Amino acid sequence: MFDNLSVKLDRAFKTLKGTGKITEINVASTAKEIRRALIDADVNYKVAKEVTDKIRNEALGRDVLISVSPGQLLVKITQEELTKLMGGTKVDINLTGDPAVVLISGLQGSGKTTFTGKLGAALKKQGRQVLLVACDIYRPAAIDQLKVLGEQIGVEVYAEPENKNALEIANNAIAYAKKSGKKTVIVDTAGRLAVDEQMMNEIEELKTALKPSETLFVVDSMTGQDAVNTAKTFDERLNFDGVVLTKLDGDTRGGAAISIRHVVNKPIKFISTGEKMENLDVFHPDRMAQRILGMGDVISLVERA
Amino acid sequence: QKSSETIFSKLSKAVVGKSTVDEEVLDELEEILITSDVGVDTTIKIINRIEDRVARDKYVNTQELDKLLREEIINLLAENNTQDLLDFELPADKKPYVIMVVGVNGVGKTTTIGKLASLFKNAGKSVVLGAADTFRAAAVDQLILWGKRVDVPVVSHGMNTDPASVAFDAVKQAVDQKVDVVIIDTAGRLHTKVNLMNELGKIKRVMQKFIPDAPHEILLVLDGSTGQNAFIQAKEFSKVTEISALAVTKLDGTAKGGVVIGISDQMKIPVKYIGVGEKMTDLQLFNRKEFVDSLFKKK
Ligand SMILES: Nc1nc2c(ncn2[C@@H]2O[C@H](COP(=O)(O)OP(=O)(O)OP(=O)(O)O)[C@@H](O)[C@H]2O)c(=O)[nH]1
Ligand SMILES: Nc1nc2c(ncn2[C@@H]2O[C@H](COP(=O)(O)OP(=O)(O)OP(=O)(O)O)[C@@H](O)[C@H]2O)c(=O)[nH]1
Ligand SMILES: [Mg+2]
Ligand SMILES: [Mg+2]
Repeated sequence: MFDNLSVKLDRAFKTLKGTGKITEINVASTAKEIRRALIDADVNYKVAKEVTDKIRNEALGRDVLISVSPGQLLVKITQEELTKLMGGTKVDINLTGDPAVVLISGLQGSGKTTFTGKLGAALKKQGRQVLLVACDIYRPAAIDQLKVLGEQIGVEVYAEPENKNALEIANNAIAYAKKSGKKTVIVDTAGRLAVDEQMMNEIEELKTALKPSETLFVVDSMTGQDAVNTAKTFDERLNFDGVVLTKLDGDTRGGAAISIRHVVNKPIKFISTGEKMENLDVFHPDRMAQRILGMGDVISLVERA
Repeated sequence: QKSSETIFSKLSKAVVGKSTVDEEVLDELEEILITSDVGVDTTIKIINRIEDRVARDKYVNTQELDKLLREEIINLLAENNTQDLLDFELPADKKPYVIMVVGVNGVGKTTTIGKLASLFKNAGKSVVLGAADTFRAAAVDQLILWGKRVDVPVVSHGMNTDPASVAFDAVKQAVDQKVDVVIIDTAGRLHTKVNLMNELGKIKRVMQKFIPDAPHEILLVLDGSTGQNAFIQAKEFSKVTEISALAVTKLDGTAKGGVVIGISDQMKIPVKYIGVGEKMTDLQLFNRKEFVDSLFKKK
């Protein structure tokens, strides 16, 4: 599917080649192909439309230098716009409070528990005393999973296997953290759908009671068009502080990242790039922009042009 | 009520105040299909077909659009020779019937296996499960809990053991005890990881030492909220193993499931099951007509 893209862009750029100026006509077909590339990368349809309109206007306003072809210029503008969209600067996690509480949220299977372990490991490395809290009382063996990870990274896990009340467990965990001098508490929660009222109430209650300094929304980078609706609903309920993008070690273009950033205007704070505890990275907007567009292909294309 | 906007409700909005299917309506339709993750290629295909119908029948009013679209989608699903399954009957000459379940991380493999075990059991079949995900933290525990919940035995060697030998023992136990169905859970793996993909071949070969035509079914599980990467997953997994059926999960999340349409169109692999929740009973046999009806359901 993505192979077509380079062929198509190639064709679109050919129509630009040789003309020294970007005009309404020659930019239109390229803009369309860029839009298609964005949609193929799972950028939300409406967002893709907005972005390409912006790119077209931006392109029309610029003169083409002798050294760059119109195609190159468009690619450059596109990359700039996408980078801007994803937020230019890095935003750090907020760990204020005693203990500082980090609340993890997201859909089923997005990578929350794995990320909880990874963040625990990273903070431990910075010399913090960390406590992981197992608040997923639903998924079979969710508590065991967190315990195994805790053991791997040498961080204590608080769990109450018999307790069926997530809020109670979380409150007890905080009390325990205070008593035992743990300065950072990371609360893993069950996966839930944005349309599941009861489950959304549960996490909203957790947020209200725990007053976390950082609430994170964990999202699978392979998510499709619905990512924006999910992110919007979670944000309406939780007013989360940042996004964690997972499973970027695969070949997904990860267009959901752009849509989410654009729609809820919250920074992407971490990216997850594997199943191992050390596979956690900071987010680079420019690299993500290149990835979404499949810039590897596009840049080599433009160079050939 | 766990459902968001259906294609029907979006379509209704798109045609408000319009009497005929014109360019603008088709544009809206394109948006509806793409925002349902149908994918660009399949969307264009559907639009072209509707355009043809509109051209042929000259005047198509917007009320007919709903019907037209349903027909086209059902046709697309039919062309891929998907035979809707009616029950959980198994071929008599394949006992035990061996199912290997594969897919990328977190799509719902283990949960689907638990649900499948329950359905087979309710259909009067004996079942044994093989815990061949020996990698993900507590994956074995998770399957064992499902086994308890559904009351079927689970063959396991614990964590960090050789998955192929777990699969071998599960099949062996099934043969020895004349069990009807064996279902093998495997670790989630991204299709880009060559070593992990090759491991699937090894698991398969080891089972074949015991039953030459095993596994009889390789079920690829796809997450229904995955976007265009789902197509690549289907393609890449097909390259290394003969995927014989698809299960699409988490369709309780959104009313989209458009990814099913796109995949049915692009891949010649039938969708066999759909997952609609986390409970034991939340797995359904895929039925084309019911599926399309659910996409067009009035709220
Ligand atoms: N390849 C890859 N796999 C990941 C990554 N993050 C998590 N996973 C895997 O994805 C699967 C799901 O991860 P979990 O951490 O269990 O996800 P979760 O959100 O806690 O799931 P629920 O609690 O069931 O909602 C597991 O197989 C993880 O090993 C990642 O960045 N890359
Ligand atoms: N809402 C909903 N959740 C589901 C469905 N199927 C599975 N899940 C949830 O998705 C999460 C991941 O499911 P698993 O069965 O552990 O997925 P997996 O593919 O085995 O994951 P790995 O083994 O880590 O790769 C769990 O929280 C399940 O409860 C479904 O049809 N609907
Ligand atoms: Mg979890
Ligand atoms: Mg599993």
